[in-house]
Amino acid sequence: MTALIETGSMKMPDLGPLSKRNYLNSGYTVRSWLLTTDHKRIALLYLMSITFFFVLGGAAATLVRLDLMTPQADLVQSETFNKLFTAHGVIMVFFFLVPSIPAVLGNFLVPLMVGARDLAFPRLNLLSWYIYMLGGLFTLYALLAGGVDTGWTFYAPYSSTYSNTYVMATAVGIFITGFSSILTGLNFIVTIHKMRAPGLTWFRLPLFIWSIYATSIIMVLGTPVLAITLLLVGLERILGLGIFDPRLGGDPILFQHLFWFYSHPAVYIMILPSMGVISEIIPCYCRKRPFGYAFIGFSSFAIAVFSFLVWGHHLFVSGQSIYAGMVFSMLSYLVAIPSAVKVFNWTASLHKGSISFDTPMLYALGFVGLFTMGGLTGLFVAALAVDVHVHDTYFIVAHFHYIMVGGAVMGYLGGIHFWWPKMTGRLYPEGWARLSAILIFIGFNLTFFPQYILGYLGMPRRYHIYPPEFQVLNVMSSAGASILGVGYFFPLTYLVWSLYYGKRASANPWRATGLEWQTPSPPPTENFAETPIVLDEAYDYKRMDGQLAEGGTA
Amino acid sequence: MIDDGFRLLPEQASTHAPHVDLLYFCLIALSVFFTVLISALIVYFSIKYRRGNTKVDRTPGSGHSLMLEITWMVIPFVLSMGIFAWGSSLYFSGYRPPAGAMEIRVVAKQWMWKFQHPDGRREINTLHVPMGQPVKVTMISEDVIHSFYVPAFRVKRDVLPGSYASCWFEATRTGEFHLFCAEYCGTNHSRMVGKIVVMEPSEYADWLGGGTSKEPPAVAGERLFEELRCGTCHRPGGATGRCPPLAGLFGHEVKLTGGTTVMADENYLRESILRPSAKVVAGFQSLMPSYDGQVDEEQLIQLITYIKSMAKP
Amino acid sequence: MSDETQAAQLSPLAHQFDDLAQQNEADDLGMWLFLCTELMFFGGLFLAYTIYRTRDEATFAAASRELELLWGTVNTAVLLTSSLTMALAVHAAETRHRQKLIVFLFVTMLLGCAFVSIKFMEYYHKYLHGLMPLLGLPFKWDGTSPGHAEMFFDLYFVMTGVHALHMLIGLGIMLVLLVQATRGRLLGGFSGPVRVTGLYWHFVDLVWVFLFPLLYLIGAR
Repeated sequence: MTALIETGSMKMPDLGPLSKRNYLNSGYTVRSWLLTTDHKRIALLYLMSITFFFVLGGAAATLVRLDLMTPQADLVQSETFNKLFTAHGVIMVFFFLVPSIPAVLGNFLVPLMVGARDLAFPRLNLLSWYIYMLGGLFTLYALLAGGVDTGWTFYAPYSSTYSNTYVMATAVGIFITGFSSILTGLNFIVTIHKMRAPGLTWFRLPLFIWSIYATSIIMVLGTPVLAITLLLVGLERILGLGIFDPRLGGDPILFQHLFWFYSHPAVYIMILPSMGVISEIIPCYCRKRPFGYAFIGFSSFAIAVFSFLVWGHHLFVSGQSIYAGMVFSMLSYLVAIPSAVKVFNWTASLHKGSISFDTPMLYALGFVGLFTMGGLTGLFVAALAVDVHVHDTYFIVAHFHYIMVGGAVMGYLGGIHFWWPKMTGRLYPEGWARLSAILIFIGFNLTFFPQYILGYLGMPRRYHIYPPEFQVLNVMSSAGASILGVGYFFPLTYLVWSLYYGKRASANPWRATGLEWQTPSPPPTENFAETPIVLDEAYDYKRMDGQLAEGGTA
Repeated sequence: MIDDGFRLLPEQASTHAPHVDLLYFCLIALSVFFTVLISALIVYFSIKYRRGNTKVDRTPGSGHSLMLEITWMVIPFVLSMGIFAWGSSLYFSGYRPPAGAMEIRVVAKQWMWKFQHPDGRREINTLHVPMGQPVKVTMISEDVIHSFYVPAFRVKRDVLPGSYASCWFEATRTGEFHLFCAEYCGTNHSRMVGKIVVMEPSEYADWLGGGTSKEPPAVAGERLFEELRCGTCHRPGGATGRCPPLAGLFGHEVKLTGGTTVMADENYLRESILRPSAKVVAGFQSLMPSYDGQVDEEQLIQLITYIKSMAKP
Repeated sequence: MSDETQAAQLSPLAHQFDDLAQQNEADDLGMWLFLCTELMFFGGLFLAYTIYRTRDEATFAAASRELELLWGTVNTAVLLTSSLTMALAVHAAETRHRQKLIVFLFVTMLLGCAFVSIKFMEYYHKYLHGLMPLLGLPFKWDGTSPGHAEMFFDLYFVMTGVHALHMLIGLGIMLVLLVQATRGRLLGGFSGPVRVTGLYWHFVDLVWVFLFPLLYLIGAR
C-alpha cells in the first residue's frame, strides 16, 4: 500500500495530523478491550491496574508515615500498623514495581521497537494480564478480609506457624501473579530473538530492548523459586508439613535462602527496565548517541547474571557461615560495578551533547543522581561489619527506597512522559509536568534522606512505637512524604486531563530515533503499514538532526 | 544513651563501635566524593552544552572509549575490594569473642528478653553488665526469629528457634543503652525492647551480690538432672555400659553410629535431650527417651551448663 | 471438514509471524523457556531435599526403604512409555496421520492416568501405614530420628505431589488436543500445539527420572 518504511531515509507517508484509524479507536466496546490481543491495549490495561495498586500501596504508606510522626501508637493499633506496612510492601513490590515498566512500557514498545506487528504470543500476553488481575484479587481479598502482618518477606516460622492473619490468601495471590511475570518475560525473550525486523542486528537494538531482555531472563529464572517458596509456606500452614519447622529438625534459614534467591534478583527486575528508559531519554535530549553503547548494553547482562549470586547478603546476621558471608559480600561489590559503568556512561553522554531539559530529561537526570546515591549506600550494606549494625534498620529502608523510588519510579514516570504522545496521541502540559518532577525530587529526598540517619542511629524497621529521641527525624521524613504524595498526585491529574484536552501529538514530537517513532501517534493496530527495514545504527541523531536541517520531516 | 535527645550519630559504647564508625565515615567520604563528582559533571555538562549555547565545540568524538571504560571499572573495583577487605576483617574480629568472656544466657520469646547471669541471677528486658569486660551472649528463641540489637555497641545477631546463636561485646562506658529486637516477630515487635545497663565493675559486683536468692545455672542444672532421673543412665563419673558418659564430654568430638563424628557443642547437647535418636553414639543403642515438652529453653540451658561443668574424673 | 478444505480456508500462520518457520521456532523457544522456569521451580524442592538428606543420610535411606519400590519402578516404566507414545503422536501430527495421532494421544493419556492412579494408591498405602505426616495425622516410625524420617516423607509428598499436579495439567491439555484431533485439526502445519505439548510431557517425565532414584533408590536394599 504505502512505500516501504526505511529508517535510512526516515520519510513517512503523510497520514495527516492524527491517523484516522489507530489502535485506540479500533473498537470501543468493553469486549474489544477485555478480549484484546493487541499488545498496546494490553499495555494500557496494565497501566490502569498498576496505577490502582500504586495508589493503594501509597495510601498504606501514608497511614504508616502519619502514625510514625509520634513515638507512640497514636493512629492505629499495632496489629493494624503491621498489616499496613506489609500491605505497602506486598503491593508495591509485587503489584507495582515488578510489573510496572515491563508490563506497561515493555508491552507497548517491544514490538514497535523491533519492528514487529505484535509480541510472539499475543494471547499469552492477555492471559498474563488476567493472571495478574486474579493474583491481585486474592491479595485484595486478603487485605479487605483482615490483612496480613508478616512483612512482605514472610519469614518462617512466623509466617508458616505463628501468624494468624491471611497469609495463605496473600501467598496464593503472589504465587498467581508470579506467573504473569514469567509469561511476560518469556514473551519478550522470544519476541526479541525471533521477530526483529530485517537489518535490526543486536547491536542496532535500542538499549531499552537490551535491558528488557536482561530483565526477562531474571523474571523467567527467578520467579519460579519464589513460587516454590510460597508453596512450601502455604503447605506448611495448611497441611502441617514441617520443612521450615525447627521442632521437626527443619530449618527456618532455608526459607530465607529460598526467598532471597528470588527476591534479590527481583530488585534488579525492578531497576533494569528503568535504566533502559534512561538510556533512551538521555540520547534524545542530548541529540547524540549514548556514550559506550556496547558497555551499557552488556552491563545489563552482567547485572542479570551477578544478581543471582548475591542473595546471601540478606543473611549476614542470620546465622549463615561467616565464610559464606564473605563470599556474598565480595560478589555484592562486583554486582555494583556494571551499575557504576552505566552511570559513568550516561554522564559521559552529556559531554558535547545539545541538552534540553524537558520533563523526561528532568526525570532521567534525577534518576542518575538518586540512583547513584542509593547505589553507593549499597557499598555500605555490602560491608559485613557495617551491615551488622544497619541490617533491619531504617538505613536499609532508605537504601532500597532510594533505588526503588528515586530510581525505578522516577524512571517509570520519565518513560511514561516520554512515550505518552506515542501511546495516546496527546501532549501533556509541559509546565505542570516539570513542576511535578521537581516537586517529586524534593519530596523524595526530604522523605528518605533522614531515614539514613535514623537507621545508623539504630531505629529498627517495622517499628510502630519508637524511643522519643527519634521523633525529629521521623517528623522530617513524614513531612517529606506529604510533599512526595502531592507530587505524585499531579501527573495522575494532568495526564488524564491531557487525554481530553491535550494538544494532539505528531508521530515524532521529540524527534527521537527508534522504530516506534516512525509510525503515527497513536499507532495503528498492526503497528506498521509495512515491515520496516533497518539500515542505520541506533541513535543516529546526527543524521536525524542533519535531515531536519535540510527540511525533511521527523 | 537512652533519652539523650536528638543526635545525628549514635554513641560509641563498645570496643567495636569506633572501628565500625571509622569504616562508616570513610564510606560516607567515598560516597560524597562520587556523588559530588557525578552531580558536578552533570551540572557542568548541562550548562556548558545546553541547547541554546552555540559557542561551544560539539565536534563529536568516537562515542566510546575502551580506556575510559576500563578505568571506571578498575577504580571502583579496587575501591570495592578495599572496602570488602576492611569490612570482612572487622566482621571476623567482631565475631569471635575473646577468651574469658563472661557468658550470659538469653532466651527470647514473643515479646520479651530473658537473661541469666553466670551466677544464676535472672533479669527480664534489662541486662546489667560490667564495663571493660567482654560479654558473650548465647541466645535461643522459644518461638519465632528475633534479633538481639544494641546500636550503641554496633552489635546484632538473629536469635533463632531450635539452635543457639551468640555474639559478644565489651562495653567501654557506663550508662543505659537501648536493646531492640531487630527481626519482625509479630504484633508487639516494637515493644520487645529493653536496655543494657553498663556499670563500673565494682558496682556490678555489688549489684550481683544483692538481689533475692538465686541459683547458679549449674546448680539448677544438677537439681534438674536428679529430678529427671538422668543419673539412672548417665551417672556422672563413670561409664555405665548402657549410656555414653557425660563427664568431659563438652567440647570434644563424638563418634556416632554410621561412622560420622560430631562436635559435642551446646546445640548437640540440646538436640540430644530433645531428640535423642537423631544422633546415636557409636557402640550404644538408641534407648534414651525424649524430654521434648518436659523441659523449657531455660531449663535446657541449666542442664547444659551442669553437663559442661562435669569434669573428667 | 476435510483436511484440504481446512488448509485452503485457514492458515496455521498467526498474524504476528511472517512465515511458518518463524512461528515454529518461536513456539519451541517459548516452551523451552517455560521448561527452564519449571526447572527452577522443581530446583527449589531438590535443594531442600539435598540439604536435609546430607544432614542425616542414614534416616533418609531407612525412610526410603518404606516406599514401594515395585510400584515406583512400574510407574517409571509407564511414564517412559508414555513419552514414547507422545513422541509418536507428535510425529503422527506432523505427517498428517489423523488416526495415529488420536490413538497415540489416547494411549499417552491412558498411561498418564495409570501413573497417577498408582501414585494415589501408594499415597493411600502410606496413609494406612501411618506414614503420611500431613494434616495432623499420626506418624508411626519405629527407628531412630523420627523427626528426620518425617522430613523425608514431607519432602516425598511435596515433590511427588507437585510432579503429579504437573502430570494432571498435562493430561488436561492432552484432552483438549484429543478433542481437537478428532475434529481433524492439529495436522501438518497446524501440529505446533502437539509438538509443544510433547516437549512439556517429556520434561515432566525427566523430572520423574530424577525423583525416582532420589526418593526410591537411596535405601540400598
